[in-house]
Amino acid sequence: MTATDAAPGTAPPAHAGDRAADVPGPLARLAAVGRAELTLLWRSKLVLFGALVTPAGFAFATRSAVAEMDLSDTGLTAATVVLPSAVVFALLFVVYANLVIVYVARREELVLKRLRTGLLDDRELLAGAALPALCVALAQCLVLAATVGLAMDAPAPQAPLAAVLGVLLGMAMLTVLAAATAAATKSAESAQLTSMPLLLVSMFGSGLFVPFEVLPDSLAEIARRLPLSPVVELVRGGWTGELGAGGTVEALAVAVAWTAAGAWAVRRWFRWEPRG
Amino acid sequence: MVSAQDNVISATGLRRAYGDFEAVRGIDFAVRRGELFALLGTNGAGKTSTVELLEGLAPPSGGEVRVLGHDPYRERRRVRPYTGVMLQEGGMPAQLTVAETVRMWAGCTARPRPAAEALELVGLAGRRDVRVAHLSGGERRRLDLALALLGRPEVLFLDEPTTGLDAEGRHATWELVRELRTGGTTVLLTTHYLEEAEELADRLAIMAGGRIAAAGTVEEIVGAHPATVSFRLPAGWLPGDLPPLPALGVTGHELAGTAVRLRTGALQRTLTEVLLWAQDNGVELAGLDARSASLEEAFLKIAGAAADDRRAGPRERPDQGAGAAAYATGPVRTDERNAR
Repeated sequence: MTATDAAPGTAPPAHAGDRAADVPGPLARLAAVGRAELTLLWRSKLVLFGALVTPAGFAFATRSAVAEMDLSDTGLTAATVVLPSAVVFALLFVVYANLVIVYVARREELVLKRLRTGLLDDRELLAGAALPALCVALAQCLVLAATVGLAMDAPAPQAPLAAVLGVLLGMAMLTVLAAATAAATKSAESAQLTSMPLLLVSMFGSGLFVPFEVLPDSLAEIARRLPLSPVVELVRGGWTGELGAGGTVEALAVAVAWTAAGAWAVRRWFRWEPRG
Repeated sequence: MVSAQDNVISATGLRRAYGDFEAVRGIDFAVRRGELFALLGTNGAGKTSTVELLEGLAPPSGGEVRVLGHDPYRERRRVRPYTGVMLQEGGMPAQLTVAETVRMWAGCTARPRPAAEALELVGLAGRRDVRVAHLSGGERRRLDLALALLGRPEVLFLDEPTTGLDAEGRHATWELVRELRTGGTTVLLTTHYLEEAEELADRLAIMAGGRIAAAGTVEEIVGAHPATVSFRLPAGWLPGDLPPLPALGVTGHELAGTAVRLRTGALQRTLTEVLLWAQDNGVELAGLDARSASLEEAFLKIAGAAADDRRAGPRERPDQGAGAAAYATGPVRTDERNAR
């Protein structure tokens, strides 16, 4: 060895700055990963079919359930029960259940690890992989809302902003909860099992089939604290205009709290490669 | 401007622990600009754990890493535009085509090469529309290499780049890596093919048990290990008839019947003395063989010594090179053991 062993860390980058200036921006990076994920989603026809058809099926089931209910004292109509349910079903299946599979599959085939050697930071990576699912879910929410609205003769939304906030917060929350669930999931096959608890709790606890207004008060109080409950309330309130400022703030707080809890769990437990 | 002698990669007291298990146990090394540095080791020696720290995939549990003067984990934005990485295993979605995979990576890369150029480099130009799932193992390795080269990196990390490649693919990859090095790319490569390290590396380090057991050029590492002279004595002659071994420069020996195997740090002197003795006594030495240590011998001894250290106490090793392993604890003890 020659006498060239400079002290470690003394070498500055060769061309400090020049290439760093050409680094693609976060949006371009998200788009690159998102485009690849969209191609993959399009190629897994079974997943795609399940994601598109399941929410519509459950919305139809809700409609049948509502037909049996006495809503006379609740201020609700069949349309204002079914419409928020349809939107949340779309979020649950297209965003949550689908993304659990996506995150686990990409982790197990070492795609996440490989991408982490590049320019993307961890949040961009998870967001980029979620991008197509979020777009599909958004489109589906619009289609389902329009279909239910027309078919069941719903009134025009009274507070559309609340509904939009509800959907956006729901998408953010379900993305981080999907990543958190993926952390507890060994393989893409077992994702169906691990995503079941949140799906069931939401279906029966968050007012998707049975609105809070029909539940006994004490039970309704607990049900309103479940993750998807504020999304249901915000979307329903968006149509009925009857949530009020207090109710809106409370719903937003619950949604943000679950999103933050999910984000904390992801930071704490998410793994970027299969368990060695 | 940086002179050619600056360290592009440096590790100081580097450690990495997984729970109670420490995979990297305090290593130091530096790679200079334009150099090709190889990390060698048996499986589980800590090579990949080390490379992942250099790539910035994880923070070290102790010590310090610098790549291009920055911490590759905490300052990834300052380092990543200049590095290219090929992991030990793929990491490409199976249902994307080759071209789609390259396009995804190009979208996350500063000043990417054109996709066609990157695929041409690794000989995959004709496979652009094939899905990754349908590529052979070797083709996947080459696609992975194309991704690593997409950003024209100044520093290239290759973790076992030719594992799974056939002989032709391996030589093509070597040729490409040599060209990149000639073009000024600094390369850090891990391998368990000794031939690969011998072919490519300017300098190398042999890892064993999470530590660097030896480092230097191939010549330096091999030179530190004894050469061997072996022959068979004719009937009627005993090893005891040879001149005193220390006088021949012999540092260790093995005897099996009439077969004699001498280890020496002074091959020319030992060989000359043995031949003069044979001539003076009219002895015909059958199967005469004299050779310097090979990298393989040096490697097996170093790896074996480290394994023995960890096990605290000698034991039989049925695997890899029983002979080399028997000498693992050093020439002095070897002699005692063989004298019995």
